[in-house]
Amino acid sequence: MDPAQTALLAKDIGGGLATIGVAGAGVGIGNLFGAFVSAVGRNPAARDTMFRDVLLGFALTEAVALYALVIALVILFT
Amino acid sequence: MAGPSIDALGQFRLTTGLGPLGASVNFTNSNEAMLGAAAIIIILFALGLRAGALVPGRIQALIEILYEFIRSMCLDTIGEEGMRYFPIVFTLFTFILLGNLIGLFPYFFAFTSHIAVTLTLAMFVFLFTTGVGFYTHGFRYLKFFVPPGVPGWLLPLLVPIEIISYLSRPVSLSIRLFANMTAGHVMWEVFAGFMILLTASLGVFGIIAAIIPLGLNVALVALELLVAGLQAYVFAILTCLYLHDAVHMH
Repeated sequence: MDPAQTALLAKDIGGGLATIGVAGAGVGIGNLFGAFVSAVGRNPAARDTMFRDVLLGFALTEAVALYALVIALVILFT
Repeated sequence: MAGPSIDALGQFRLTTGLGPLGASVNFTNSNEAMLGAAAIIIILFALGLRAGALVPGRIQALIEILYEFIRSMCLDTIGEEGMRYFPIVFTLFTFILLGNLIGLFPYFFAFTSHIAVTLTLAMFVFLFTTGVGFYTHGFRYLKFFVPPGVPGWLLPLLVPIEIISYLSRPVSLSIRLFANMTAGHVMWEVFAGFMILLTASLGVFGIIAAIIPLGLNVALVALELLVAGLQAYVFAILTCLYLHDAVHMH
């Protein structure tokens, strides 16, 4: 196989590998909402105040997954 | 494989707007969207605040909800001094929110999906908060990098970590907004392209099967609406948190 083709193939594999990082963010978001549900179960009155913090935590955790996406895009398109 | 292919990033390509005059000064479609966002904000506020009624109408109620939302965010997060920094937080929030929302419409340009735009906003916030810190505390603001109640032998390790985490603020702030908007629009494009691929390769069966990605795209619109508001909120509240750090130093 000629080297240019191998480099393209390696690029695709690298882009795919970079998306493994999303698994961590999945665990994080699951943890976050799991903790939120059990907390609301214990104290339903505090739901609204907690939900704001949960949204902030969700956005911060989701951003970590998107870093992986940015890395994948950088690998694929540069 | 011949036939249509998915061009996921083509939607973010910059073109010049406003005809030959715009082309001569490199006025892009991104700038058009920014001007549009600013104009919508100004017109909404002019319409909403014209009456100044005691019992607000629809537009005035919208403006008051936005105002009250950011006001309580400033006061809760920054402290009593929060109202001093209310104008900048409110401006950033409305500008990013309108930019995200405009980008959701077909054929409109999402200027927050460009790292150049978000990094400019984030660098502005970073320099502003650092300036506020030095203005309020003078050179004592550098003590911010020395966490209190830490044994002395740990400091050579902790101070560089604090400095690096402080310097990485604009990076994370800009990449969060940019990546969220880009990811959403790329997902739309991929599913829409998938529909075209299905109908092109499978004929009548493909048209029936294409209902699935169409439904997914409809669901994604709801998700992106949430993300658009959420990211503007996160940008605003992180600005408030950084301002809190600058004002109170802990």
